[in-house]
Amino acid sequence: MPRLWRHALAIVVPVVGAMAVLPALYGNHLLLFNFVVFMLLAQGVNVIYGFTGYLPFGYVGFFGTGAYGFSLMVVHLATPPLLALVAGGAAAVLLGLLLTPLLRLSGAYFSIANLAAALAVLQVVSNPDLQDITKGPYGIALNGIYQPTLAYGVALAILAATLMTVVYLRNSRFGMALQAIREDPISAGMAGINVVRERVIAWLISALIAGLAGSVFAWYVSVFYPETVFGSEFSIFAIVFALFGGPATVLGPLLGVIILYGIYNTIGITTPQYFQLIYGLLIMVLVLFLPNGLASLLRRWGIDVP
Amino acid sequence: MLIYSLLAGLLFGLYFTLIGLGLNLVFGVMRIVNLAHGDFLMLGGFLAFWLFNLFAVNPLPAIPIALFLFMMAGLPLYYLLVPRLLAARDPEMLSIILFFGFSQVIEALTTIAFGTSERSIPGIELGRPVAAVESWFAGRKVAPGPVTLFGQTFPAAWIVSAIVSALAVFLIFLYLYRTRLGYLTRAVMVQREEALSSGINVHRVSAIAFGVGIALAAISGLFAPFMLGSITPAMGVDVTIVSFAVIVIGSLGNPLGTVLGGVLYGISYMLMQSYFSSWANLLPYLLLIAILLVRPSGLLGRQVRRA
Repeated sequence: MPRLWRHALAIVVPVVGAMAVLPALYGNHLLLFNFVVFMLLAQGVNVIYGFTGYLPFGYVGFFGTGAYGFSLMVVHLATPPLLALVAGGAAAVLLGLLLTPLLRLSGAYFSIANLAAALAVLQVVSNPDLQDITKGPYGIALNGIYQPTLAYGVALAILAATLMTVVYLRNSRFGMALQAIREDPISAGMAGINVVRERVIAWLISALIAGLAGSVFAWYVSVFYPETVFGSEFSIFAIVFALFGGPATVLGPLLGVIILYGIYNTIGITTPQYFQLIYGLLIMVLVLFLPNGLASLLRRWGIDVP
Repeated sequence: MLIYSLLAGLLFGLYFTLIGLGLNLVFGVMRIVNLAHGDFLMLGGFLAFWLFNLFAVNPLPAIPIALFLFMMAGLPLYYLLVPRLLAARDPEMLSIILFFGFSQVIEALTTIAFGTSERSIPGIELGRPVAAVESWFAGRKVAPGPVTLFGQTFPAAWIVSAIVSALAVFLIFLYLYRTRLGYLTRAVMVQREEALSSGINVHRVSAIAFGVGIALAAISGLFAPFMLGSITPAMGVDVTIVSFAVIVIGSLGNPLGTVLGGVLYGISYMLMQSYFSSWANLLPYLLLIAILLVRPSGLLGRQVRRA
């Protein structure tokens, strides 16, 4: 059996299956839903940072754009949720296309420009002058589409598709090409890789994942403020989770979400500043001692991480 | 209104220069991105607040205290974090994440120590020295209050902050261009490896630059209660973005560019405030993206774009 299908059977099926069964065993469905959302975001960051090496500090821009794309369709055009979901994803991809020139920047310049872009979108969406269109700073309240079970199911479907995409990247020429670009774009170009096209594709996939996650998040929670869906903690959590587990692997970001988001939910809700302290320290220790995440530790012990 | 905006922009621009200068110095010398810059500024703000409230120390005499304290904190911090970081494969990228983590630690510790409430210092405190100078010139007692400049009235605190910023920029230029240490620092800026091979103690030079960088952030923080509004532990991130906008406009790694960037940023911010106030907050982000795309090396910079 090729590695691709082995990975699909060994990771995608159990993870999606477990997340599908858990609501029957555990009462806090919102928490489970948030786990799914962060798995999506961490894998989205994985696609663009892990494989391509661009650190998207403003990744939440796509999430928020997806949430608003979804909500505006529902509010203004009374679109059915599934169709609005497509619109949310498309809005994020559109923003991604708009931001493709940023990929010309390297390293820190890209991260900072991306962060600025996300904050610029937030400023536009929450501007009181646009209250007729986006409800400005007062937030969105969606009526008549609240179907948490269906929304959760759709989120799981998106998760399955996302994980399959990452499994594909992990086991395909395309994924190898992206990693080659990450290591050295010029050599990759010399080896016959169309650097510009491949990284734009990875960027748009990553934007699509966050956009869909944002849409389904808007659907599930129904009431939110611009600061909720553009909150920088989404980008930061997603990056830290992906980094903690190990970028450019399928399993790493999932482990990151399960371990760190698990810790967050046991101590972070009641005393957020202590959690902030712990994950701040954790990030520093990771960068200094384990820059390639848990996966590199496992590899050092001779375990192959898919 | 136009003259007011231009003058206020100039005053704020000088202050923004001071905010960006430390960040730029650190980037120029070490090629690392100090994402915790805004948090050092925040700590400076808290220093000013506590010195004022506990010992009634005016922010002006607090400057040498801040310089000393943060230099002393910066040197060990450099040796703790930076050499290890520079040995990694992609220091610039990892530095973003590392200092992001560090900024979270600072913010969390400050929140644990002081809580999340907003603190401020009455603006009149910086008016007193101005009034003293005015009284001396006029030969009679002048009450502290707003200052009139070219027919426009500004809070005295703005004038004082701008003057302090201009002085600090001037001193940094003396340090970089008129002392032996500055000469060595510029050598490290241009080519780290060659500086090392020609016998410069690169780590010592860098550590001092790092200390000066965060001390500059803290000094600008002393005036934050007057220029940026009240101080909270969470203000760091926004300040970091503004300082990035300032130094990217000027150009990363070039201290001279920071002055240009700060003044341009200050004036355009004030013009936006006067004419499209609800969109003014959008400015730093758009300016940052536009400059990065059109001229990523900044207005006075070298080539940085790849592929």
